[in-house]
Amino acid sequence: MPDFSPANKGHTKDRGFSPWDTMPETIIQTSPLLAEDAAFTATVGAGDPFVHVIRKGEVVRIVDLEGNQAVDTLFYNADNYADRYSAQDTIRHQKNIYLTTGSELISTERHHLLTIVADTCGRHDTLGGACSAESNMVRYAIDKRPMHACRQAFIKGALQWSEQTGRQLDKRDLTANINFFMNVPVTTDGSLTFADGVSGAGKYVELRAEMDVLVVISNCPQLNNPCNAYNPTPVSILIWNAELRIH
Amino acid sequence: MPQSSSNSVLLETEPLVTTSNIPQPEVGPAERRQHLNSLAHQDDVLWEETLPGASTWSHILKRGTALRIETLEDNCNVGAIFLNADNPTERLNLPDSLKAQHIARLTAGSALFSDMGRVLCSITDDTLGWHDPLGGCSDDTMVEQKYGKLSYQEGRNHWHVSALDGFLIELAKYGLSSRDLTMNVNFFSKVEVLSDGSMHFVPNFAKAGAAVELRAEMNTLVLLNTCQHPMDPDPNYAQRAVKLTLKKVAAPGPDDLCRTACDENRRGFTLTERYFL
Repeated sequence: MPDFSPANKGHTKDRGFSPWDTMPETIIQTSPLLAEDAAFTATVGAGDPFVHVIRKGEVVRIVDLEGNQAVDTLFYNADNYADRYSAQDTIRHQKNIYLTTGSELISTERHHLLTIVADTCGRHDTLGGACSAESNMVRYAIDKRPMHACRQAFIKGALQWSEQTGRQLDKRDLTANINFFMNVPVTTDGSLTFADGVSGAGKYVELRAEMDVLVVISNCPQLNNPCNAYNPTPVSILIWNAELRIH
Repeated sequence: MPQSSSNSVLLETEPLVTTSNIPQPEVGPAERRQHLNSLAHQDDVLWEETLPGASTWSHILKRGTALRIETLEDNCNVGAIFLNADNPTERLNLPDSLKAQHIARLTAGSALFSDMGRVLCSITDDTLGWHDPLGGCSDDTMVEQKYGKLSYQEGRNHWHVSALDGFLIELAKYGLSSRDLTMNVNFFSKVEVLSDGSMHFVPNFAKAGAAVELRAEMNTLVLLNTCQHPMDPDPNYAQRAVKLTLKKVAAPGPDDLCRTACDENRRGFTLTERYFL
């Protein structure tokens, strides 16, 4: 197994903007895995879906290639899509709304789907959900409806997957997603804000599958808010086999 | 604004309280006006019922009606999920609701948005100021670990059950399943989030008599469950009852609290009204 020991741990530098001022030290965990050893790589353009099975023991890395990109992500039990990533069960399990190294992603049937084993960003959102044509009408203006949005990409990815595999996956299965690399702080008075991204070019998050899972990604095309710094950019996906060797 | 055609069905229900069975006090003009207001208020009541603790309840709350939930004991919790009864693939989307209104709590003025940019229900009255959208619901394993196992054979209707189980059974009665289970609200509970993201359940938050009122802006399948909050540290299994009041209410006007809470809600109400045109 790869070495995820504390020797690889570092700490974030002072980033100089407010969301972090009240934060305790953020633990940054780099990965020992080498890109050339990956069994699978793909680049996902902004606004595109990505759907793939990750087997138990495999490690998947999502890389924010150009920085400040939100990656809307859903996970499912590969054997039963009704058993899927649950935001509420995950954040209650760890008693914290942000995901980072060590976070265990829990399903609606309380299965342990994946664990975050490396993270050079330090914080990922569980509450902001995905953008959609409909929510853009509410949040920005009713005439924003025609703009591309994550739910469009999620539905396209789900429909394509259904067609390829014969397995049912559709809008009913699109639940509250993770936003990797996105910063949605909650305050003690119960307000929620969208802050500038805490990510940067080349930052990544890495997850180990604890069971066979289906990952469904929408690489966010949002142009109406700073979640992508108004500039949606590609991300890359790398997957390592369970039996990999460290050089 | 158009009313739901199903209102005629509701009107056939015998009102619990009518003007004829309320004693008329001998009072001055101000008191009389107040009394008439309260009569008008009570006249709209369709029915009341008590929902015992650790129980599940469901109803299609018609557009133009409201559901008032009042705690009958301290520390009640009411889990809730909401779906469009006319098309259940449209359902409560808590992330959309929270980000549209920039909130991580629910209170008077808050709208519960569906994934289609419409308002399923809005919170027109609240004595508490905070209802939890984050904590989720209990499951059988958690209940057994926290409170021990107590079967129906042993405990009859005091047996130990979970909110998740209650929701799934109730959803099945409408042809729905775990695929239709969304993030739930927990009325009368508060989970505070500190700046490091940590979540803290606030104990002894709601006293008996706390109330929240939900007005249906669409025909909304409402599922309620009165199991304890999953983060409630109380080691004792408790069944805490609430009173439910169903009533007929006026459509939200231009100055409505929920409509005018923010521009996002104004647009949400406009999109909801267009759905019924």
